Amino acid sequence: MASVKYSQEHEWIRVEGDVGTIGITQYAQEQLGDVVFVEVPQAGRKVAKGEACAVVESVKAASDIYAPVSGEVVEANAALADAPGDVNAEPMGKGWFFKLRLADKGELDGLMDEAAYGAFVKSLG
Amino acid sequence: MRYLPLTEADRRNMLSVIGAKSVDELFKDVPQSARLPAKIAGLPDHQGELEVERAFQAYAAKNVSPSSAPFFIGAGAYRHHVPSTVDYMIQRGEFLTSYTPYQPEITQGTLQYLFEFQTQVSLLTGMEVANASMYDGSTGASEAVLMANRITRRHKALISGGLHPQYRRIIETTAHWEGFSALAAKADPEGLEDLIAQVDKETSCVVVQNPSFFGHVRDFSQLSAACHAAGALLIVVVTEVVSLGLIKPPGEMGADIVVCEGQSIGNGLGFGGPYVGLFATRDKYVRQMPGRLVGETVDADGKRGFVLTLSTREQHIRREKATSNICTNAGLCALAFTVHLTLLGEAGFRRLAELNHAKASELADRVSSLPGVKLLNDSFFNEFTVRLPKRAAPVVEALAAKRILAGVPVSRLIPDDPAVDNLLLLAATETATEQGMGPLVAGLKEVL
Repeated sequence: MASVKYSQEHEWIRVEGDVGTIGITQYAQEQLGDVVFVEVPQAGRKVAKGEACAVVESVKAASDIYAPVSGEVVEANAALADAPGDVNAEPMGKGWFFKLRLADKGELDGLMDEAAYGAFVKSLG
Repeated sequence: MRYLPLTEADRRNMLSVIGAKSVDELFKDVPQSARLPAKIAGLPDHQGELEVERAFQAYAAKNVSPSSAPFFIGAGAYRHHVPSTVDYMIQRGEFLTSYTPYQPEITQGTLQYLFEFQTQVSLLTGMEVANASMYDGSTGASEAVLMANRITRRHKALISGGLHPQYRRIIETTAHWEGFSALAAKADPEGLEDLIAQVDKETSCVVVQNPSFFGHVRDFSQLSAACHAAGALLIVVVTEVVSLGLIKPPGEMGADIVVCEGQSIGNGLGFGGPYVGLFATRDKYVRQMPGRLVGETVDADGKRGFVLTLSTREQHIRREKATSNICTNAGLCALAFTVHLTLLGEAGFRRLAELNHAKASELADRVSSLPGVKLLNDSFFNEFTVRLPKRAAPVVEALAAKRILAGVPVSRLIPDDPAVDNLLLLAATETATEQGMGPLVAGLKEVL
């Protein structure tokens, strides 16, 4: 079964096999407001954990999206170019950003599960 | 708040409040060794307005002004006729006082002229999108390299030997502090350079100039194709924007970023500034473009209006991730550019360019027929390079003593290359006359 983990930067990663799908959380999209543009990394790009590799731009701000784990980009969500609003509508569904082939699955252990992330968001007030 | 100087009584009051005897006492922490022991010799005390005016008029009289002498200087700054309407328009209070807008949407007039400016720059360069201007061509060129580095995620720029040497040095300075490499090709007075073989998978961009610093007009279509095949970008710099009235625009050669010095249109020489940089690119790169960008939209009632758009690229929102430190533009110079170009219109601009080329062609014919003088250009717009039978710098000095401003010796801008010592850059714009060309040719004949 696919497991979902969360980062303190408000990204989620859903891992199936050795590929993780990455997006931003419901909390993050609420904070950003209407998303107007998403810049996703090219397939083939190698990213390190914590590296800025995508940009999400809303009517209020532009923010970097960090890779929650290391790996190689295998696919980016091309549909976001025409439908950036998917990030608001379905942040954990159609609004995904990119998929990574994980370099080290052990890095997932440093991320939060759903309950821990929920508590983390609550602590932000 | 009153803008009046303090009175003696004010000073005494303030000093007594903080318990100091004199103003000098406030500087007692400055070590003796760092203080001037006495007045600077030869520097007079303050003087009245009349005396100051007299003194500075005497200094100014030492200059040979472009309008008072035969003038053939170019090399990146060009003397053109700017209609007096331009000055009248830009001095209207509504324009003159509105600096780059920080509360933009209430200054619709400013946004509208900047939108017109962007439209003109797009049309001139043959590019899809242009910003609301940069400080000048040279700093714009270095911003273009930074932009190419961001887009390609590469860090090696190839700099043509036809690029203005001062532009090259500004890119090299930026490269030094930003930590990328800028590989400059050697000076290319003959206009024979071909950089295609040097473009590789690490190249972020190639920076060329058209017409080149030495005046050569080139078509960079093949170079742009080679750049794109290697995943690199082509940056085309234009220092004489009037040339775009006759020459194929960089956009049609496949340029990815075009940077121009816009001084020639609407702006005087002014000892080197302030000038205005034109910056244009492809739609797909707009989010990596530096500078302000004005967009057209409609208001709540459906009426046409203007806004600053894509501000999320900029420093006040994006902070250290901004595309540039630039969060302003050369507003008044851009306005002068827009007013002048609007007055010219498309046909007028083309005629102006034709006139420039005709004058320069005449000058090239006459100068190159002098014994020992060789024209290096197969093609040029309003500026070209000649090889003299002797060093160019003393020739220019000798003619300046006769109050003839006979162009720029290349050694002045490339001092460390003996191969350019005999080269002279000559420019002729629509302002050139027989009263100027005659004395120049006669003067050269005498000095050579």
